[in-house]
Amino acid sequence: MNIPYTVDERPDTGLTNGKLGIWLFLASEVMLFGALFSTYIILRVGAPEWPHGELNIWLGAINTIILISSSVTMVMAWASLKMNDWGKHRLFLISTFLLAALFLVNKYFEYSAHFATGELPSHSTFLAIYYTLTGLHGLHILGGMIVMAYLLGPGAKMWKENSDQFANRIEATGLYWHFVDLVWIFLFPVLYLL
Amino acid sequence: MDKTGIHPGGRPAHVDVRGHDEPHHEELGWWRKYVFSTDHKVIGIQYAITGLLFLLFGFTLMMIMRWQLAYPGRPIPLIGQWLGQDRAPMGIMLPEFYNQLGAMHGTIMVFMGVVPLAVGGFGNFVMPLQIGAPDMAFPKINMASYWAYVLGGVTMITSFFLRGGAAQSGWTSYPPLATLPIANGQTMWLLGMIFLITSSLLGSINFIVTIVQLRAKGLSYMRLPFFVWAQFVTSFLLLLAFPPLEAAGVLQLMDRLAGTSFFMPSGLVLSGRPIPVSGNGNPLLWQHLFWFLAHPEVYVLILPAMGIVAEIIANNTRKPLWGYKAMVYSVTTLGFLSFIVWAHHMFMTGMGTTMSAFFQTTTMIISIPSVVILTSLLLSLWGASIRFTTPMLFALAFLPMFGIGGLTGLPLGLAPSDIHLHDTYYVIGHFHYVVAPGTIFALFAGIYHWFPKATGKKMNEVLGAIHFWGSFICINIVFMPMFIQGLAGMNRRMYDGGALYTHNAGLPIKLNLVIGIAAWSLGLFQIPFIVNFFGSLKWGKAVDRNPWEATTLEWSAPSPPGHGNFLTEPIVYRGPYEYSVPGAAKDFSAQFEPEKAQA
Repeated sequence: MNIPYTVDERPDTGLTNGKLGIWLFLASEVMLFGALFSTYIILRVGAPEWPHGELNIWLGAINTIILISSSVTMVMAWASLKMNDWGKHRLFLISTFLLAALFLVNKYFEYSAHFATGELPSHSTFLAIYYTLTGLHGLHILGGMIVMAYLLGPGAKMWKENSDQFANRIEATGLYWHFVDLVWIFLFPVLYLL
Repeated sequence: MDKTGIHPGGRPAHVDVRGHDEPHHEELGWWRKYVFSTDHKVIGIQYAITGLLFLLFGFTLMMIMRWQLAYPGRPIPLIGQWLGQDRAPMGIMLPEFYNQLGAMHGTIMVFMGVVPLAVGGFGNFVMPLQIGAPDMAFPKINMASYWAYVLGGVTMITSFFLRGGAAQSGWTSYPPLATLPIANGQTMWLLGMIFLITSSLLGSINFIVTIVQLRAKGLSYMRLPFFVWAQFVTSFLLLLAFPPLEAAGVLQLMDRLAGTSFFMPSGLVLSGRPIPVSGNGNPLLWQHLFWFLAHPEVYVLILPAMGIVAEIIANNTRKPLWGYKAMVYSVTTLGFLSFIVWAHHMFMTGMGTTMSAFFQTTTMIISIPSVVILTSLLLSLWGASIRFTTPMLFALAFLPMFGIGGLTGLPLGLAPSDIHLHDTYYVIGHFHYVVAPGTIFALFAGIYHWFPKATGKKMNEVLGAIHFWGSFICINIVFMPMFIQGLAGMNRRMYDGGALYTHNAGLPIKLNLVIGIAAWSLGLFQIPFIVNFFGSLKWGKAVDRNPWEATTLEWSAPSPPGHGNFLTEPIVYRGPYEYSVPGAAKDFSAQFEPEKAQA
């Protein structure tokens, strides 16, 4: 028994199952982060005062650049697959993975600097929403890294057996990765700058 | 849009031709076949049985609560001595335990009973068969969503055995009460909810992709059975409404574990001492996030039930559904509108008259598509020679029961009358009429209707009739008096039924005894169903593919269908409910029969 349209597109919808699935998943993610951003707005509007300048803008800016670059390398990883260049694909996917790791390392330094001064989530509502939003976003980065590690490791052998489906998987991973990147592009100004 | 849905370029990937009715064996071991299966039918049955067990468990909790309400302070018979010192010393229920039962009854019935049975069970088993798919689009994710549900269920159940017991802040878990340190089970409740939400999200993605991508040749959207439409809209509700509750759950977990105060306002005092929180939180925010899920959740509970009832009514009236298109447009409208009515649960919170005016307007508007669907189903009965089978009895009962539930909701949707009725037994009567004799009756109808497809055996009609009439009478005696109590002003969630509260003097508290007796009798009337369910597996009359002479695609597969479902690729030639077509040889023209066979 084969499930249809796992690799080929269904003609009347123009979609593979996986692509529709990842878009629906992203729709639910929009609702998840949408609810958290709404929470941020409501808490901030209702707060008597809102702290400014508690976060390290430079580290945040560097992390923004890192994530945007990782989105670019992610696209390149997919594009080089489409051009049948396996070597370049590996190079770009590994770069994406390393950039993601670098993002988390930076985040670790940010968090530990706060912890060192006793600025825990219970310190203020601002820090509470900061830790919740960036923590959840960090978990999404981690999830993306796990998927990439799989596609670099045991998942990579699918390229030989079913190159189209492997390219589809990289594309779906890319869509997810761009979304995670996009969330950060909202998080950075909202938490660090405003 | 492609009128027929036939796509010449499509790979005939469903083709899985086997010349015999035997299920195709891919030599899987027992564990992979029955426990960690990826077959949508096995997963559907797993969901259904787990859901039924949770329904029975949640119902049992309620029967224990009803003892306390009928006979406040008297030792619980039979099981009282087993409940333990911190729940019911000497068999007499403690208020804390009553609160645990109340919170967990709601949580279990909604999130672990009805939804898994209606969506996970019926959706998984029936929907792929009705659209002619070999399986769900993502079989492994389907298995993962079932096991996430089981994990969530186990987490919830184990919370009863922890120190301090299960969650006791109602199924709505309003802070600050739910965030206070005394409510230990609340953390488990939140973790359990996160598993259940994950399960629903995975399931809903799978359902939508399956319906969009795996429809058989010729099955255009307007030829989909109404049940599939109901599942389609339900999946969108689950997909988009659950994430905000997940967010809220994470925030409440942070409040409980990391000491934040998202939902904790400044200046709270508990037992004369200020609560040490950083403050500035907003307890109303939880209610908004919670009801943003929980109102669409009401439609998650009711839409699959409407779908089941529509299938059964068309089949047993031997007529097309009256106004199929209007029903489809109504169900999609319901889906959209259900996202903008949530704050009608919050008229008492002081959120302001502008908000109340907006939400009571949308609430009145959303009643229109519900009434369109119910009226269409009612008019479908007109002039039919009805077959009064057991599934049809339950489906027919659904119509007035859901009608009562819906109409009694109108006074709750208007802020001025809601202020009187809020938090009384009237509310309990209202939503139970929607969910218990409404949805759960529809689910029973579905079990009797599709049991032959799932097992190849028919359930017993006599036991079915006993089950139906007993349940129908008892359940009305349970819920009808609640309207009287509620209108008189009796508050809900009081562990002794209000006997000790002076403001309840003169209220119809004695009705609690009537309700209690009816509830326990309702429990007894489920025994014929359990006997029937298991007995029919062994002694039931064996049936062929289409015992009900129905028209939709699932009846073209063997009973029970093998792995991959269909023996030949299903092709759809017509709409879903072509019963009693003038000039046709039989009184049903199935979707899978070519025109020539009809001549």
